[in-house]
Amino acid sequence: MMNTLEKQDRWLLFGFALVVLAGPLLLKPFGAGYPDLLQKFCIFGIFAIGYNILFGLTGYLSFGHAAFLGIGSYTAVWSFKLLTMNVLPAIVLSVILTAVFALLIGYICLRRSGIYFSILTLAFAQMAYNLAYSVLTPITNGETGLQLARDDLRSVDRLFGVAIQDGIPSTNFFGLSMVGYSGFYFCAVLLILSFYISMRITRSPFGLMLKAVKSNQNRLKYTGINTRSYALTAFVISGCFAGLAGAMLAVTDPLAGADRMHWSASGEVVLMTILGGVGTLLGPVIGAGVIKYLENIFSSFNEQILNSVFDFLPDAIQHPVVTFVGLFVGEGWELTLGVLFLVLIIFVPGGLMQGLQSLQRRIFPARPTPAADAARGAH
Amino acid sequence: MATLEVSGLKKSFGGLKALNDVNLSVQFGTVHAIIGPNGAGKSTLLNAFVGRLIPDAGSVVFDGISLVGLQPHEINQAGVVRVFQTPEIFGELSLLDNVLIPAFSHRDGEFQLNGWSRAAEQAHVYEVAKHMLEDVGLYAKRDMTANSLSRGDKRRLELAMCLAQEPKLLLLDEPTAGMSRADTNSTIDLLQRLGDGKVTKIIIEHDMHVVFSLAEKISVMAQGAIIAEGAPEAIKNDPRVQEAYLGGAHL
Repeated sequence: MMNTLEKQDRWLLFGFALVVLAGPLLLKPFGAGYPDLLQKFCIFGIFAIGYNILFGLTGYLSFGHAAFLGIGSYTAVWSFKLLTMNVLPAIVLSVILTAVFALLIGYICLRRSGIYFSILTLAFAQMAYNLAYSVLTPITNGETGLQLARDDLRSVDRLFGVAIQDGIPSTNFFGLSMVGYSGFYFCAVLLILSFYISMRITRSPFGLMLKAVKSNQNRLKYTGINTRSYALTAFVISGCFAGLAGAMLAVTDPLAGADRMHWSASGEVVLMTILGGVGTLLGPVIGAGVIKYLENIFSSFNEQILNSVFDFLPDAIQHPVVTFVGLFVGEGWELTLGVLFLVLIIFVPGGLMQGLQSLQRRIFPARPTPAADAARGAH
Repeated sequence: MATLEVSGLKKSFGGLKALNDVNLSVQFGTVHAIIGPNGAGKSTLLNAFVGRLIPDAGSVVFDGISLVGLQPHEINQAGVVRVFQTPEIFGELSLLDNVLIPAFSHRDGEFQLNGWSRAAEQAHVYEVAKHMLEDVGLYAKRDMTANSLSRGDKRRLELAMCLAQEPKLLLLDEPTAGMSRADTNSTIDLLQRLGDGKVTKIIIEHDMHVVFSLAEKISVMAQGAIIAEGAPEAIKNDPRVQEAYLGGAHL
């Protein structure tokens, strides 16, 4: 029994890695096979995977995770400015600093649970957002956003005598460029690594305790478990993932703005996780992919494209159809997201993963396993 | 040897004296029943033991450790484990997971950051969990979710969970309430078997059949105080007990 589970996990990881690495080929037919968007899929996949460790496993609904995304981005850009254009220190420093912030914020917010916890996290994130525009402008550069400049310090780069070319140097991983396909593969490797970490955590005794926190915190307390320590650790871990994602955003496009910390960004990761399937391993990544796809592809559809799509219809019908469908694309892409979300929550509340599973069961009826047989026999 | 020593325990809710100077001494390895009419303060007493409420005055000393003011999980780690009146289980998790959690708690303590090892590879803990589920006759259902169990099975599961921690003191709050006669009898058997004289048990029960089959000593509570204490035979014939609890009727 134990071995089959381990084998399944290995195949899942292998399959996941394969699909992610083959992303450029697989997504080409959908018009999403270009590096910029693929990088976004990976980065927000990491963000959602981390968020799921908190929300999916412990059930604590944080509504302020975008703050950690923002902190990660700012730290990374400062690392580029002050230290080096190499992304490794930027990523490491971002994760460490976000962990510190997550520890502080989590310690305070986890004194409450349920809706009060959510409100507290939202308050902290909005505070961070507003501070970035006001008191902290020396660090965040306010509305303009933090950008690289030609005369940045870059002390480490200077120390090692890295040639300063004309213009602003670009981010790199020991010479490997972070734009284009090499950038995508860098993100892809980190996504696969994140997926692996989340898989290990989910299957560990620690992960089991997190699920128990979600299921019945009272029982867990009277089972000798310090529930707050577990919840706080999960909060910090998911904060680290958010920090990593924030750093990656800065790695692929070295600027950081406070809008990354806006509450709508916090809400987006909640949507991603729920859309894909709360508490599942793959769900959050799929949810992140779907939302970023809608945001980038649907929003680029315009009337002209729609007219050519519905060209086969008679004119009298084509016009109203295009007008109607036009509501759901372009600037109205969020309307599509809303409809999709409604349909999912009503018909498959477990998200896309549950939908896929029930579809799989319908197509390939389950072979009865010995364990399930035993359970049925004894019932 | 007294393993649990309660002295001068008081707790008021507004004007109501729920616990009014309770003194209790529970001997190691015995089954001690606490009986009394509804509202006598029996569950309040258990709540004070496990840290669910903090008494206004008095002390609770278990194995030399003062329990008053400790967090629920600290009291549990000291070896005091409670079975609740309505089963408290991890409803969304499998039966096996339900029993693994207390088994891990017993092995690892209140917090352990073992996020990299596989739960499924902890053979010893699995053996404990398997053994406990077999003991209560639920091993065949190990992959079902706990919520799908019947009420009686949920009680048995909770008992298995508590036993997986190898408690020193087991607090049972009406462990057979809502069970059929057959289930009640098998639970009595289980409670008699377990611990082998090394586990002290305090049991709150309304079912006199259960009380007189299990208890070696009985304390009778009424209006927040213990009014009588003694061996089952003595309690049966105590006129004060019959007055307070049984309304004068004979057992």
